[in-house]
Amino acid sequence: MAEPLGALGIILVLLVVGGAVFADLIASADPNKIAPRDRFLSPSIDHLMGTDQLGRDLFSRVLHGGRIALSVALFATAASLAVGIVLGLIAGYGPRWLDNLMILVFDALKSFPTVMLALALVTLFGPSLTAVVVVVVLVNVPGYARIIRTQTLALKSAEFVTAAQSMGAGAGRILRVHVLPNVIGPLLILASMDIPVVIAIEAGMSFLGLGVRPPTPSWGAILNDGFTAIRDTPWIAVAGGLPIILTTLGFTFLGETLRDVFDPRLKGRG
Amino acid sequence: MILSVRDLQVSFPVGRLMNRSAILGVAGVSFDIAAGETFALVGESGSGKTTLARAVNLLQPISAGEITFDGKRIDGLKGAATKPLRREMAMMFQDPVGSLSPRVQVRDIVTEPFRVHGVEADLRAEADRLLSLVGLSGDFANRFPHQLSGGQARRVGVARAIALNPKLIIADEPTAGLDVSVQGEVLNLLNDLRERLGLAMLIITHNLHVVHHVADRMAVMYLGRFVETGETEAIFQAPAHPYTAALLSANPEPDPDKAKDRISLPAEVPSLLARPTGCEFHTRCPWAQSRCGTEAPAAQGTDRRIACHFPLSPGARPPAVQETAS
Amino acid sequence: MTVLSIHNLNVTFSTEGGDLHALKDVSFEVPERRIVGIVGESGCGKSTLINAILGLLADNGRVSGGEMMFQGRDLSRLSPREMTALRGPQIATVFQDPMGALNPVISVGRQMTNIQYRSGLSNAEKAERAVAMLRRVRIPDPEAALARFPHQFSGGMKQRIAIAMALMMEPALLIADEPTTALDATLEVATIELLQELQAQIGCSVLFISHHLGVIAELCEDVVVMYAGEVVERGTTRQVFNSPRHPYTERLLDCDPARQSSRTRQLPTIPGEIPDLRARPPGCIFAPRCHRRAPVCDTPPPDEAVQDGHKARCHMVTP
Repeated sequence: MAEPLGALGIILVLLVVGGAVFADLIASADPNKIAPRDRFLSPSIDHLMGTDQLGRDLFSRVLHGGRIALSVALFATAASLAVGIVLGLIAGYGPRWLDNLMILVFDALKSFPTVMLALALVTLFGPSLTAVVVVVVLVNVPGYARIIRTQTLALKSAEFVTAAQSMGAGAGRILRVHVLPNVIGPLLILASMDIPVVIAIEAGMSFLGLGVRPPTPSWGAILNDGFTAIRDTPWIAVAGGLPIILTTLGFTFLGETLRDVFDPRLKGRG
Repeated sequence: MILSVRDLQVSFPVGRLMNRSAILGVAGVSFDIAAGETFALVGESGSGKTTLARAVNLLQPISAGEITFDGKRIDGLKGAATKPLRREMAMMFQDPVGSLSPRVQVRDIVTEPFRVHGVEADLRAEADRLLSLVGLSGDFANRFPHQLSGGQARRVGVARAIALNPKLIIADEPTAGLDVSVQGEVLNLLNDLRERLGLAMLIITHNLHVVHHVADRMAVMYLGRFVETGETEAIFQAPAHPYTAALLSANPEPDPDKAKDRISLPAEVPSLLARPTGCEFHTRCPWAQSRCGTEAPAAQGTDRRIACHFPLSPGARPPAVQETAS
Repeated sequence: MTVLSIHNLNVTFSTEGGDLHALKDVSFEVPERRIVGIVGESGCGKSTLINAILGLLADNGRVSGGEMMFQGRDLSRLSPREMTALRGPQIATVFQDPMGALNPVISVGRQMTNIQYRSGLSNAEKAERAVAMLRRVRIPDPEAALARFPHQFSGGMKQRIAIAMALMMEPALLIADEPTTALDATLEVATIELLQELQAQIGCSVLFISHHLGVIAELCEDVVVMYAGEVVERGTTRQVFNSPRHPYTERLLDCDPARQSSRTRQLPTIPGEIPDLRARPPGCIFAPRCHRRAPVCDTPPPDEAVQDGHKARCHMVTP
């Protein structure tokens, strides 16, 4: 049943990734070139998605915005994975007191609402891509670390781990060679399903003016531009909103299909 | 002596906060293993045999006693200090497949000790050499543990154990989970390697038939203590401790015509939390007398040690009172 | 009278790599009031056989031929509903792990009265029967045991309680799947003796599955030897153990270290492995590992009768 959706997911993801990678080839217009005479043009052959309030070509901005969205998503997810895995392995394999302490910190972080976290960080760093990445990492790490920790805990007393200890292997080697390969699979699937969430966080923060700063193109910022003039020029909001929806759907379908293929036991779970 | 253990005790904490106490999993045992010798620990579940093996391998902290390996005291060693020792003493674990890392290829499993100890070698050639030593063709090098049968996985475990030419191999239930037709293969392999490489072995098992064919000497454990120690052949010929005699007689043999002169043991195994007074076996012993309930017997003898007030004479039968059970 | 009569049973599983012929022409009988042992090593089809009898084959498995007559009815033709009604009161089971039969959060007493729900007895009578049954399996202080939970018993006692529950409804057939494998030797023999005693009292038949030749020899009157999904030899335990006619049985008995009365450093083994059941050889299934192989072994062997009731699926049997 998931297969046609998976195929759709792959197509959507390929479209978005292709558009972002070849943005310069596909859209010849400079995404940041202001042209006061071309303000609020509706979609046409010259401007496939129309222009915004500064006369910038929206199609080009959407494609370049995809670059921002995808690179933020990939970088922030990779960073979350790296931090989550290391902390999870330490919590799961380390002494009991350290585990308890780390779980306490994870739970505290998790109970913090994302928006409040974002606002607090922006106050500290100012609106920037860094703020977006830090928010994403803080939001993702507790969950990732917990997954790794639980599985590590279960493997800690597995015979092959005891065998490695008996052989004289140190904690680092045991975690790297014997534990990590056995615990990372489910997390990778989960992380791939989190990519759309990250894209939404970036868009949301940029929409609120907490993320990418103008004039850098971002879907959230475009959506915000269109949002103020949605009655007169609805195509701007569409240009901002449509890629968010399609990308989110594409990655979600793909992630769910991957999960069903690699870990059938999780089928049907959120 | 390659290994000398003296008065070894291992205790586990039980209960919490106010009524915290400890139970003795291993309650003071002593034995020696000479170079090239095979020594077997026999006992039923809960007798402490696996705990003892893990303590000797320093995987389990001990609460009293001494362990001397190859002339050096090793009890109390921790962390990096144990590393040189781990080259010399290899342990094989119960589950043939489960003791192999599931995402690692056989080639890398058997050469893992080289990497752990930073031994320079041509690992490809070593893998082939080790696999051929245990009778596996080179094709197995690329397999993963789940692609192996129990017997093959056990051979890989043996190959890994002998990788760095250890002086002592500890084998915890080496035939567990294996079919009868494969058990023999593994035992033959261990016997053969022992002769070729001059290994000493400590074998832990509940299977007396296994012991008979591989061990030079054996010890029978009950509730964390040795009740009888001696030459395997001598013990099989004439068990002197009632528990040994019961264990030997409880071994069903594939011969429908064989007379079943069995020594049935009444009741269940006592809990380690409430050890019986006197001789700890007296609650199940068909020969028990009043003295057994009050006075703990000390192990007597040198080569053959028996912890019993009334050791059996060869062929002894339980007193008639017990016969009503069967 | 036979309680269970299996005739030319075939079971096939559809797998990604093609159809797997798990049981091929399996035939044997479980006579009334008799203990029949099934012996074989891993991959011999013991579990598939039990699941087929109980109507619990996995979704990709099916009975592809033959019949299983139980009290005049072919089990393979019964509806799931009819099978459910049969399992428990008529065909009871005991498994290796007693916790599979015992619910950890319900007291032993409740569980033992619950299984009598179809008996029409009053609660007091049910409790009385439960106590009597626990006493028969030698649980000390059975009245008090009713209020306790499974985890409060030792492994040996849990298995005895599981046996008590299985025999509570006095089934016609008890299927015991490696019930003593997880027990220590002294408890193992105690459990075997108990089973023997209860079987005689209740008068049921027992199908006892084990890989332990010694246990089979001790407990069973008849024995069925399985290899790679086929019954290679069957007969009375004496016939099969004293004069095995199939080379596999012969080798298997040789392998048991208990048969080597004197100490030996070179134990016998059976070289080779069970063939891939997705591509069964056209001839004898054991031929690739057989020490008595002849050209004729490339054709399917008949079930050769050696003696009354003693059969071996082998070309080389000369009566």
